[in-house]
Amino acid sequence: MSDTHNKEVDQISGVETTGHEWDGLKELNNPLPKWWLYIFYATVVWAVIYWVLYPSWPLVSSYTKGVLGANQRQEATAAYDKGVADRAQFADKIVAASLEAITQDQDLLQYALANGQAAFGDNCAPCHGSGGTGAEGYPNLQDDTWIWGGKLDDIHTTLLYGIRSDNDDGRFGDMPAFGADELLTREEINQVSNFVASRAGVETDADVDLAAGQVLYEDNCAACHGDNLEGIQEVGAPSLMSANYLYGNSLDDIKAQVAAPRNGVMPGWVERLDPATIKSLTVYVHSFGGGQ
Amino acid sequence: MSADTETHEGGHSEEWFASAKKIYPMATHGLFRRIKWTLLFITLGIYYFLPFIRYDRGPDAPGQAVLIDMEHARAYFFFIEIWPQEVYYLTGLLIIASIALFLMNAVAGRIWCGYLCPQTVWTDLFLWVERKVEGDRRERIALDKDPWTFGKIRKRATKHFFWLMIAWWTGGAWVLYFNDAPTLVWQLLTFQAPMIAYVWIGILTTTTYLLAGFMREQVCIYMCPWPRIQAALTDEKALNVTYRWDRGEPRGSLKHNKELAAQGMPAGDCIDCYQCFQVCPTGVDIRKGMQLDCIQCGLCIDACDNIMNKIGKPTGLIAYDTDENIERRIEGKEPVYDIVRVRTVVYAALIAFVGAIMLFTLLNRDFADISVLHDRNPVFVEQSDGSVRNGYTVRLSNKRRHTRAFMLHVEGMPPNTLVEAVGADSTFAGRPIIEVGPDTTREVRVLVSSPSWEKMPQSTPVTFRITESVMGEVVTTKDTFKAPGEP
Ligand code: SF4
Ligand code: SF4
Repeated sequence: MSDTHNKEVDQISGVETTGHEWDGLKELNNPLPKWWLYIFYATVVWAVIYWVLYPSWPLVSSYTKGVLGANQRQEATAAYDKGVADRAQFADKIVAASLEAITQDQDLLQYALANGQAAFGDNCAPCHGSGGTGAEGYPNLQDDTWIWGGKLDDIHTTLLYGIRSDNDDGRFGDMPAFGADELLTREEINQVSNFVASRAGVETDADVDLAAGQVLYEDNCAACHGDNLEGIQEVGAPSLMSANYLYGNSLDDIKAQVAAPRNGVMPGWVERLDPATIKSLTVYVHSFGGGQ
Repeated sequence: MSADTETHEGGHSEEWFASAKKIYPMATHGLFRRIKWTLLFITLGIYYFLPFIRYDRGPDAPGQAVLIDMEHARAYFFFIEIWPQEVYYLTGLLIIASIALFLMNAVAGRIWCGYLCPQTVWTDLFLWVERKVEGDRRERIALDKDPWTFGKIRKRATKHFFWLMIAWWTGGAWVLYFNDAPTLVWQLLTFQAPMIAYVWIGILTTTTYLLAGFMREQVCIYMCPWPRIQAALTDEKALNVTYRWDRGEPRGSLKHNKELAAQGMPAGDCIDCYQCFQVCPTGVDIRKGMQLDCIQCGLCIDACDNIMNKIGKPTGLIAYDTDENIERRIEGKEPVYDIVRVRTVVYAALIAFVGAIMLFTLLNRDFADISVLHDRNPVFVEQSDGSVRNGYTVRLSNKRRHTRAFMLHVEGMPPNTLVEAVGADSTFAGRPIIEVGPDTTREVRVLVSSPSWEKMPQSTPVTFRITESVMGEVVTTKDTFKAPGEP
């Protein structure tokens, strides 16, 4: 291209220089190694073949499709469908079997635990924690304290329809707001809270009339929480006997819960997850060890 | 013009880069050539036919003597079956192999290279084909210079055809180690084999064809790390293919040296016939002394011995020997051959030691296994009655080919500790019994609860023990029981 007559030839090596010079040093214009050049040509050829065969060039609102019609989205969908189909054989058996039967069949149990673990991570862990230990306001699923019951069937029902959820079949327990609705006076709330605290082994205020508190408990609370604070599962009233409370274990927490209770919501999953997954979740949660 | 190393002294040669010179090794015959053929037959015979040897392991197990079953993660070698967690047997084999290499090196330098290395063996086989088709050294040199006549094309095509067949068979034999050989051969013939099989055959066909057909000695000289390591490991006692210059020099043509001898002048036995150089597969003139390129194949010994026989001189002008012995002979002393010396004895002892360990572990191999993983979240769970529960993921392995039941016991916990296994098949005296299918593993969730009245320390070491129900085989592993208590 350029005028070759101007090219200087290096005396020692006999190679042309590029004409660039730095402080007397001149760059030799050695050719590229052949193997390198041929690989470079090969990649160019490959690129052209690729354009023809596969999607490559972006156009204004679409792209060149390539003659092979390759489509990664379709491949992904097909792989997903195959996965669903592969799982279907187990899913069908899980749906057909009773919860007890699932726990007794090695293969079904294994599948249910694996499936349950995955579903738990996706759906339950945000509230109950990845290990199922819960947090304040979100029940611990590992221990043996169950407000709505820890048997397989209880867990299954809770999972299906939820607690205070939109679902009509959902579990519903409503703790009255004794303070906010002015059912009890501030002093009475103080007394009944101190009474509960005294029974649960929580430190109480000094100079509080616990006897008055007991009377208030029997009049207002015992209907749901039981005469001996043992709780009544059917109405979702937790046991108050030991300081193992959902909304905190201090005296202040107890007072707050009596005055203006929080009533946490668990969604029902029947509309969102398929029956096999809900059953798997039931078995998985039960396997944490707290299940009854 | 030429970049020959010999013309380097003084001034610079004009070419700064030289392509490797093509080497045309000449055929020879003799003791070392026979040893090389024999080893070639044995090693390639094993490689190509081993997958077809059958070994009966019972109905549900593969009947191939040597098999690496990737799909089911098992490796079989006759009566040995290895699970993935037992690859340390492979480690042991590799240790033995490397020490054996060191031992060979201590005895006679690069004899591995010369006789057993796959690169050498396949190159030898390819050279044999080349000789059969194109003729020996002279014909091949001439053929290279010939114009492209029909005869040349035919010869070349024939050679490459056979090379490719051997290369293809090499790749084909490789995949047979990973699947039932007869089935796979049939699948390959009917184009029903898995894609991966064709891919591997393709890869190994290509590498064999290129490495043994074209790259040959360049692999040994430029690519292989062993010559570098070998050079650092070797010592002056190791035997090397050595030109005994004390006897060969001054070299000269047969006639010239005879005349010199007749005049009472010193005349060596080397008649400068270049036979040793022409047979050398790596293009070495061994008379220049020990060189990096020499693979110790001994073919130059054969070539020179043949010449010595012809001219009626004793053989062994080139031989496995040491420089030390040459010095000794010049001084009139007897040569010494220290094959048994500290170094070789230590290597041999190491091989025996590692081999014994492997044999011992193999004979005492457990046919059951247990591994325990403590729950991380939560580490422990406090129950309303005051007891503490820990959760563990326990995996049991049954390496026998029938279903077996294992009783699980957790030692180190106070009496009345509750041990439950989710999915246990039954219990015996409060201990879960877990069945594990043939040649498989099973994972169970194990829950250990301390008695409510017991105040557990923060960490209690415990032992998980499984006892097989029929033979009483016992396997244990250690873990801890965590509690909120005082440290
Ligand atoms: S010099 Fe002799 S021993 Fe060394 S590679 Fe050449 S023929 Fe073989
Ligand atoms: S083959 Fe023997 S005699 Fe011939 S050149 Fe080599 S060393 Fe000398």
